[in-house]
Amino acid sequence: MSFRTAWRKSVNAVMLSLTALCALLAVSLLLFILGYLVWYGGKSLSWAFFTQLPKPVGETGGGMANAIVGSGKLLLLAALVGVPIGFMAGVYLAEFGGPTVAFFIRYTTDLLNGVPSIVMGIFAFTIVVLPMKHFSALAGGLALGVMMIPIAVRSTEEFLRNVPQTLREGAMALGASKWKAVATVVVPAAARGILTGIILDLARVAGETAPLLFTAFGNRFWSSGWNQPTASLPVMIYTYAISPYDDWHRQAWAAGLVLLALVLLTNIGARYLLPKKAHVARG
Amino acid sequence: MSDATMVVAAGGAGSPSRLRAFLRRLRSGDEIAHLITLIFASAIFLITFLLVYELWRNSALSRHRFGLDFLFTRTWDPVFEHFGALPFVFGTVVTSALALLMAIPLGVGAAIFLAELAPSRISDAVTFCIELLAAVPSVIYGLLGIFVLVPILRTTVMPFLKATLGFLPLFQGPIYGVSLFAAGVVLAIMIIPFIISISREVLLAVPAEQREGALALGATKWESTWKVVVPYARVGIMGSILLALARALGETMAVTMVIGNDPKIAASLFAPGYSIAAVIANEFSEATSDLYIHALIELGLVLFLLTIILNGLARLLILATTRKATAHA
Repeated sequence: MSFRTAWRKSVNAVMLSLTALCALLAVSLLLFILGYLVWYGGKSLSWAFFTQLPKPVGETGGGMANAIVGSGKLLLLAALVGVPIGFMAGVYLAEFGGPTVAFFIRYTTDLLNGVPSIVMGIFAFTIVVLPMKHFSALAGGLALGVMMIPIAVRSTEEFLRNVPQTLREGAMALGASKWKAVATVVVPAAARGILTGIILDLARVAGETAPLLFTAFGNRFWSSGWNQPTASLPVMIYTYAISPYDDWHRQAWAAGLVLLALVLLTNIGARYLLPKKAHVARG
Repeated sequence: MSDATMVVAAGGAGSPSRLRAFLRRLRSGDEIAHLITLIFASAIFLITFLLVYELWRNSALSRHRFGLDFLFTRTWDPVFEHFGALPFVFGTVVTSALALLMAIPLGVGAAIFLAELAPSRISDAVTFCIELLAAVPSVIYGLLGIFVLVPILRTTVMPFLKATLGFLPLFQGPIYGVSLFAAGVVLAIMIIPFIISISREVLLAVPAEQREGALALGATKWESTWKVVVPYARVGIMGSILLALARALGETMAVTMVIGNDPKIAASLFAPGYSIAAVIANEFSEATSDLYIHALIELGLVLFLLTIILNGLARLLILATTRKATAHA
């Protein structure tokens, strides 16, 4: 074996192992993140975390019950905004859209998807908080809802397109009109995928903090209505983490663990729920 | 849509038959369903338009007062109401560039491993882990940044860099921990998953003939990957990098928590800085005057335009490679 070949072979081996090392590093990041949160978060997590209100500054203990409920309220509002628009637009793109209009809608959706979350916060601030003159769950829900739309559109369209063309033809051959075929055959056939997509979308915005900072703001008590400043888990994690109090840091870790568990378990669950990516009947 | 053209083709292009077909679809509800879904889809246009309009309208005071100088002024003084974005633009650009510098080799390397080398079982499992990594909320990265990463950087990494590369102005000055450098590292960690998963997809789209050709000519696996497959996928990989860059520019929470939040322009990466997104997050709810709020919203507008341009470009590049790949296949 010539020197040149030996050299090329060793370069091959070294570079290939380096790429493997890169992949290993990337995966170990996930393990590190999980490890730290389970360790620190697990130490601080208690039953009170889920049932009690935050204690006044200086007292230890207390929990984030209001933030958990607040996050739930915000997600409900977000779903009310994001799911109808996202789902119907997805149906339009997959079933009714002509090439030109559909192209522009897809392009705008991608554009919207790229908007930084903090800018979404400004948007909700200008159209809800400014006119109403105070922070509210409504504003936060709107910001999160708008953020949900792009992914909801994309996943709905994708799963509808995966429904075999023969199902549509079968329904229409039985005399169903197009919308009846879509509503009673195509959408139900894709329902599991669409629903999973929407749940994943919700999990994604559940962790969003930036758009809530000046829309839902925060609250150390139960918020008395949809129109009031509302606490949420991500914002609590942020304010507690940058605070100077050790007890608050512990609570931030606990909240971090709860949020991370929620997001990751949803993602893992979705992988098992999703139909195997069937790239049938694409055209 | 398609059955309309069918009917027209069958019955000649006469308008009565077209009208009849339309009426038939109207009676059966198709046209109504079409219209309803179209209305919802149009809401996306409306929201996007409204977003731009609101950002534009609510930054008017600041735009008129400072004009283009806004982008090139170093002072950010809420008390005397003199606002310049330069320190924030600087911080955003420096941290994002630093993040790319660290994330590109790692991300592309891992993508090469996943697309070219790893057996599909391992590749799928690792890719799933990468997807999970991408799903971790940014505030969690910030939490880990404050309590884990910054202490490690302060006690080991930064003193080491200072001792070895301290002759460069980049690595001089006091070490606080929170710094442009820390923000860059956190951002790098956050964008790696995006670079990996998109680059992997782009690499997988490269036709097998390309690899086989190189291997048949006697190239080693690495040579075929580096000299044939990667160049073939170059444009798409560039796209993934631009997408990651757009994400880094707009990232708020993790950066806010580790950058130090000091509107200064320093030569050293160890100095605290500030980013566009971070200043909006920190000062928005405390902004008292209209001009102050408008200046912050103008910062949002700048950020919006930057990310929109990058995203548009990235999508075009990714589209171009995947198109090319399918055209050849």
